[in-house]
Amino acid sequence: MNIVVCLKQVPGTTEVKIDPNTNTLIRQGIKAIVNPFDSYALEEGVRLKEKFGGKVTVISMGPPQAADMLKEAISVGADEAILLSDMAFAGSDTLATAATLGKAAEKIKTYDLIICGRQTIDGDTGQVGPELAENLGIPFIAYVSKIEEIANGKMRVQRAVEDGYETIESPLPAVITVAKEINVPRMPSLRGLSKSRSAQIPVWTANDIAADKATIGQAGSGTWVVKVFYPQRIQHAEMIKGEPPVQAKTLVEKLREAKII
Amino acid sequence: MGISLDKENCTGCGSCESACPFGLITIIDDKASIKVEGCNLCGACQDACPTEAIKIEKAMATVTPGNDYHGVWVFAEQRNGEIKTVGCELLSKGRELADTLKTELCAVCIGHNVKGIEQLTACGADKVYLIDDPAFSNQSEDPYVAELVRLIKLYKPEIVLAGATPFGRSFFPRVAAILKTGLTADCTGLDIDTEKNLLRQTRPTFGGNVMATIICPSRRPQMSTVRPRVFKKKLMPVPPAGKIIKVDFDKAVLTSRTKLLNFVADLTEKVKLEDADIIVSGGRGLGKPENFQLIRELAAALGAAVGSSRPCVDEGWIPYSHQVGQTGKTVCPKLYIAVGISGAVQHMAGMQTSDCIIAINDDPEAPIFQIATYGIVGDLFKIVPLITEQLKNG
Ligand SMILES: Cc1cc2nc3c(=O)[nH]c(=O)nc-3n(C[C@H](O)[C@H](O)[C@H](O)COP(=O)(O)OP(=O)(O)OC[C@H]3O[C@@H](n4cnc5c(N)ncnc54)[C@H](O)[C@@H]3O)c2cc1C
Ligand SMILES: Nc1ncnc2c1ncn2[C@@H]1O[C@H](COP(=O)(O)O)[C@@H](O)[C@H]1O
Repeated sequence: MNIVVCLKQVPGTTEVKIDPNTNTLIRQGIKAIVNPFDSYALEEGVRLKEKFGGKVTVISMGPPQAADMLKEAISVGADEAILLSDMAFAGSDTLATAATLGKAAEKIKTYDLIICGRQTIDGDTGQVGPELAENLGIPFIAYVSKIEEIANGKMRVQRAVEDGYETIESPLPAVITVAKEINVPRMPSLRGLSKSRSAQIPVWTANDIAADKATIGQAGSGTWVVKVFYPQRIQHAEMIKGEPPVQAKTLVEKLREAKII
Repeated sequence: MGISLDKENCTGCGSCESACPFGLITIIDDKASIKVEGCNLCGACQDACPTEAIKIEKAMATVTPGNDYHGVWVFAEQRNGEIKTVGCELLSKGRELADTLKTELCAVCIGHNVKGIEQLTACGADKVYLIDDPAFSNQSEDPYVAELVRLIKLYKPEIVLAGATPFGRSFFPRVAAILKTGLTADCTGLDIDTEKNLLRQTRPTFGGNVMATIICPSRRPQMSTVRPRVFKKKLMPVPPAGKIIKVDFDKAVLTSRTKLLNFVADLTEKVKLEDADIIVSGGRGLGKPENFQLIRELAAALGAAVGSSRPCVDEGWIPYSHQVGQTGKTVCPKLYIAVGISGAVQHMAGMQTSDCIIAINDDPEAPIFQIATYGIVGDLFKIVPLITEQLKNG
């Protein structure tokens, strides 16, 4: 069972605060982290490998620094990690990202399952997984919360929908995105850590994956960002003062007056 | 193509450094140093540079979209024959867009025995394309993807919108990928650049800290998803005559590779946070799980749903289905009451578009007050029961 896991390095937004005076981001202390949802994808890949044998290959499109994240992936059980890094990938939207990941998957060739996170916390679109599936022409299932069985070239999975759970069967290869409920990602093992220290992370460029220049980077993107701005947080709360009983009474009156309740 | 710096002109003033929303610029040896990877060529630095030292060249549109794309479409999602409100909300917005573009507004509804099709025309659709077949009794995606792609290729709409529901977020990107066009997720603003007749799509990014305006200049259709409750549903005072057009299709395409084997309704999960008009959320300020009772009592008095910040979920005080925020649910109720919640960006990303926000917190500096409509500084253990009582007595 060969599994490809798509990981993205994202800015950890824990410490992000807006400077109220300049209305810009205070960026001190933002470090790059593995997209939290992608850790579940990786853990699931490693568990499947442990159960069925085979190999987990992690791919990520990003800047050279993302190699560190890929080493981390090796420390928790990935067998191989490939960094897709090239100036030609700059400016990619989800369409171009999915095209790039798709070409990498084609080069890897032998895969039975591709696992993505349900969404990133920076792009936050959840589009790359389904677009990747379509590029490769293989089935897609979103928000998988449990892989029940894999046998005879098919898998049976569970996923949460708005009003319950669905059990779905799909032929392999396929692309899935996983929900947080699927597992609890492990910590790196000592063996994993030593393996990751010596690991070499190959870098594939646009030429290496034989990507058509019109499908990658900004040229391959459907969407273009024309403007970026900070949301205006000008609304200052109307503070309701007084002793608690007065506060409670005033609040309820205001809500009734404004016909909110 | 790309971004470049004219070192001669760069004075190292740092305007670009603070303008870059993604922190890709640093001043090294009095010159700007730009990390190109991660840059989406948004142009914030170029605008900020006083000496025009930063140049951004975008690839010219390789394809000019033909003039043969017309009309605004809304994919009106149904589940079990019930049309989702988000479709109506999008039609109300779509009506504005279509009027600005002086074009027609159409709804596409795919399902079986769908009830209440008239509401789509009541919200402004000039035409409703309806596909009705038992094959669409469930939401196996493949046939939906195939049919929507076929209709788009056939009728060539310039804009297609869908709700960012779990189904929409999963099937719509596949449609965009097949059509090789751009798709902007979770838009909070849609309008028309009347000069270029392009759809301007605005959405939060970077955990809601930064807003981006996005266009799709060279491919068609222009596609966006919008979360439920972002736009308001408006019934037309005089609805258009609104034709309902039953579309024929080829049954052969209706095979789905994935098969739905079983569906189990989840009866325990009654929290319909996304649909609630009023939400009362509790945070770490509650101190211990038993104190969620205060939140439940207030919610009961208001007929509200109960939400939570993440630490309470992580501590196991309340199930994950109640979590609001970037890694939980996005909500947009009429009224959101945040009790003992500090207002971390990740929490605000999930609730900041609520119509009215009330913050109850003992720390006057808590960031939640920046986005609140009404703020109460004080001890939640005193105030919340008093509010509940006040509501019961009124
Ligand atoms: C990748 C990532 C994703 C995340 N996703 C989410 C998410 O989806 N949703 C989410 O909520 N968080 C999320 N977080 C966590 C987030 O950063 C914050 O840690 C969290 O929102 C804080 O929750 P809180 O406001 O309940 O707790 P705190 O920040 O501890 O705030 C508690 C507040 O209660 C007040 N208080 C205490 N006692 C009283 C009292 N007696 N009366 C009145 N007020 C009182 C305090 O003044 C304080 O402001 C995420 C974090 C990361 C890194
Ligand atoms: N640059 C990337 N490299 C590798 N995987 C990615 C990349 N961008 C997105 N993905 C995968 O696609 C998922 C959805 O991303 P997004 O559409 O950006 O929300 C992520 O959880 C990752 O698994």
